[in-house]
Amino acid sequence: MRVQKRTIALSFYFFLLILPIYWMLNMSLRTNADILANFTLFPRNPTLANYLKIFTDPSWYSGYINSMIYVSLNTIISLTTALPAAYAFSRFRFIGDKHVFFWLLTNRMAPPAVFLLPFFQLYSTFHLIDTHIAVALAHCLFNVPLAVWILEGFMSGIPREIDETAFIDGYSFPRFFLTVFVPLIRAGIGVTAFFCFMFSWVELLLARTLTITNAKPIVATMTRTVSATGLDWGLLAAAGVLTIVPGALVIWFVRNHLAKGFALGRV
Amino acid sequence: MDKWESNRAWFLILPVFVIVAFSAIIPLMTVVNYSVQDIFGPGQRFFVGMEWFREVIHDERLHNALVRQLAFSCMVLLLEIPLGVLIALAMPKKGWGVAACLVLLALPLLIPWNVIGTIWITFTRPDIGLLGKTINDMGIAFDHTARPLDAWITVMAMEVWHWTPLVALLAYAGLRAIPDAYYQAAKIDGASSWAVFRHIQLPKMRGVLTIAVLLRFMDSFLIYAEPFVLTGGGPGDTTTFLSIYLVKIAVGQFDLGPAAAFSLIYFLIVLLFCWLFYQALQNVGTGESK
Amino acid sequence: MARITLQEVAHSYRRHPKDPSDYALKNIDTVWEDGGAYALLGPSGCGKTTMLNIISGLLTPTRGRVLYDDRDVTRLPPEQRNIAQVFQFPVLYDTMSVFDNLAFPLRNRGLDPQTVRRRVQEVAEVLDLTADLKKKAAGLSADAKQKISLGRGLVREDVAAILFDEPLTVIDPHLKWHLRRKLKEIHERLRLTLIYVTHDQVEALTFADKVLVMYEGEVVQMGTPTELFEEPRHKFVGYFIGSPGMNFIPCKLDGARAVFDGAAVPLDEETARRAREKEGPFELGIRPMYLEVHDSPGDDRLPVKVLKVEDQGIFRILTVQLASNTLKVRLPEEKPVPSGNAWVRFPRRWTKLYANGRLVA
Repeated sequence: MRVQKRTIALSFYFFLLILPIYWMLNMSLRTNADILANFTLFPRNPTLANYLKIFTDPSWYSGYINSMIYVSLNTIISLTTALPAAYAFSRFRFIGDKHVFFWLLTNRMAPPAVFLLPFFQLYSTFHLIDTHIAVALAHCLFNVPLAVWILEGFMSGIPREIDETAFIDGYSFPRFFLTVFVPLIRAGIGVTAFFCFMFSWVELLLARTLTITNAKPIVATMTRTVSATGLDWGLLAAAGVLTIVPGALVIWFVRNHLAKGFALGRV
Repeated sequence: MDKWESNRAWFLILPVFVIVAFSAIIPLMTVVNYSVQDIFGPGQRFFVGMEWFREVIHDERLHNALVRQLAFSCMVLLLEIPLGVLIALAMPKKGWGVAACLVLLALPLLIPWNVIGTIWITFTRPDIGLLGKTINDMGIAFDHTARPLDAWITVMAMEVWHWTPLVALLAYAGLRAIPDAYYQAAKIDGASSWAVFRHIQLPKMRGVLTIAVLLRFMDSFLIYAEPFVLTGGGPGDTTTFLSIYLVKIAVGQFDLGPAAAFSLIYFLIVLLFCWLFYQALQNVGTGESK
Repeated sequence: MARITLQEVAHSYRRHPKDPSDYALKNIDTVWEDGGAYALLGPSGCGKTTMLNIISGLLTPTRGRVLYDDRDVTRLPPEQRNIAQVFQFPVLYDTMSVFDNLAFPLRNRGLDPQTVRRRVQEVAEVLDLTADLKKKAAGLSADAKQKISLGRGLVREDVAAILFDEPLTVIDPHLKWHLRRKLKEIHERLRLTLIYVTHDQVEALTFADKVLVMYEGEVVQMGTPTELFEEPRHKFVGYFIGSPGMNFIPCKLDGARAVFDGAAVPLDEETARRAREKEGPFELGIRPMYLEVHDSPGDDRLPVKVLKVEDQGIFRILTVQLASNTLKVRLPEEKPVPSGNAWVRFPRRWTKLYANGRLVA
């Protein structure tokens, strides 16, 4: 009996969780006029017009492409720099190790709003404004420390005897790292990539500030449309639904590793 | 387990150090620079010392935003932590349900923050929103664009909707890490399910819950995009949290000096919590290794 | 306290078990007499823990019945069976003091504070935990933690039985011996039914009055340590118990003799008669210590080649080649050690015949 009650409560929670998303999906399948005129739980005359507009209008679809580019760039930069650093933190003791680790973490906690103006200044100086790399680098501020933190957790779970054995067997450090160690922490890298992807994908403030047109992310396109065109709800909803899709795909692929990553208590 | 001692490890840290320094240290210096100058335009700046700090510290609106922010963050914790734990307790332990629950829970976490705001606008608008219209049709006046209380409730509901899954995921991970023997021993000892929760599950979740509490506190302290899209900080200033206020000063009014001073103070507050966070984490670590 | 009976108990961890290999336990029929000290011995994965959990009620068997005296408890949860169980790794309630940990099973059953106090103090006394009673359980050493787990098992007076699931694995060897003796003492004083799971034969043989040997989900033999040694009812018991294990030689039957590779070993008439009713394959089994070694040929002596001699202190282990079989022989220290060629004799009393892995008797 108790188990049943639990399941019902849980199902109810998930129902509430899905409801707002469903509502947006519902809107995305209707025209703006229909949304404003009729209140309906499911679209009576479903239309893909909103999605078609997004896929055909470059000012919309380029937003997705831009987002994808800088998110991927960021994930790659974060992982490649964080891997050796995490290895260092998990295996070595050196001058200032604890301080550097703490300093890295403080950046994860820094309010992006604080860095807004200086970032703009800095990237202007280097003529990087409105490029994908600018956003990717800016997002490194919180993703690199995060990646180091998660990876360090996974690496510490691997006994050091493995390293020692490999070195005795005559592996050079780069060869050991790439052919032995990295495959061992595959799951950890997957989880880290997931989180880097996630935090870069959902961030708005920095991405919006550092871009004008060429690298403008979809999240920024959406906010600007809100103020400019007098709110086309259907179009906005369709754009919103499309931003959920990549994330949903990513979770589906890492769903089995996800629990493991969380089990290490690292987020 | 002692680590190897080698300062050459610094070479491995170097890439991270460079990239984070580029993103953190240089901008931070710029902020410090701004905070002590009055800037009219390129080449027209005057050193003003501590004046901006004085101004910011006495800014009534900043005080209000800070109080609002603290109240908001505390409420977030009070709602999200118990709710997240309850969800984790109710989740299945094996079978296909586990992956399904994880995917559903992770969904809100992967939606861009301003889209979260958009979802909740469309969901709670009194004219076209499912929730807003339903409440109004039931005869209760509800409009988050006009009434401060409604705006608060809406922002809160959105925040709880958005982030409780994270707490639930963490708590679930903590629960799954408890060996079966504990539950078996409790059964043999004749413990009630409350006793199991109180003496086994809660103590074993302490580590992950500390992380959840601090993460949620930090991130709710930095919240910007969701309430900005949903309410724009209004009606009036009633949902203007620290980040929103900061961006208003910096970008809206282009008061670079005060904004920079504000940034530094904000950052120091965050650092203070960050330090507490780190200490707490360390204690959790040593507590478990005993 | 109670007599515990398992009737045709079988258990599978799969929801729809099909063939016998899906079962972790296959058709167990055993009776645990009230007040006995039993050991459940077997390699990992043989179903020992499954059996224990079925007795305690943590698992409900797929088939069969569990009786406490004459009461059917098959579907009852552990808390209604009145049973205690100690697990392999220490299970502690971290937030409680040692005293509260020990008192926990009693308090859950609503005992009055005086009884609780008295029982906890008695148990703490037995386990040398008195000095630690006020401490937090979380800060103690692994040994102390496991003692607390043991204590929670011992604290209730009226239990049907106490089940131990390899409880001394995490304890260091010196303390292990000490605790095992404590358990034995407690058993002798209180005459509780104790069931002790282990994969260590020394532990099983020194602790228990009766040992059950399990192999691939079956109880292959239940008996006193002597019976297990002298009359292994199953090949597995033969080589799992004793060091080194029993020698086995594949053979055929020829009248009252077992023949292999041209050699023949006489069997007693009764065994031979029974063996003729069974299906093969047949194997001859003999313990290394019962195999006689001679330095000259004689009646029923078979020629062997000595391959290796290992000195084990008070005895020696000989490895000899008998036709195509290698045998181990255990020689007492004072006996002369042959080298090169020697002759072995199979004393009839100790020569066992196994048909399809089971003793012919």
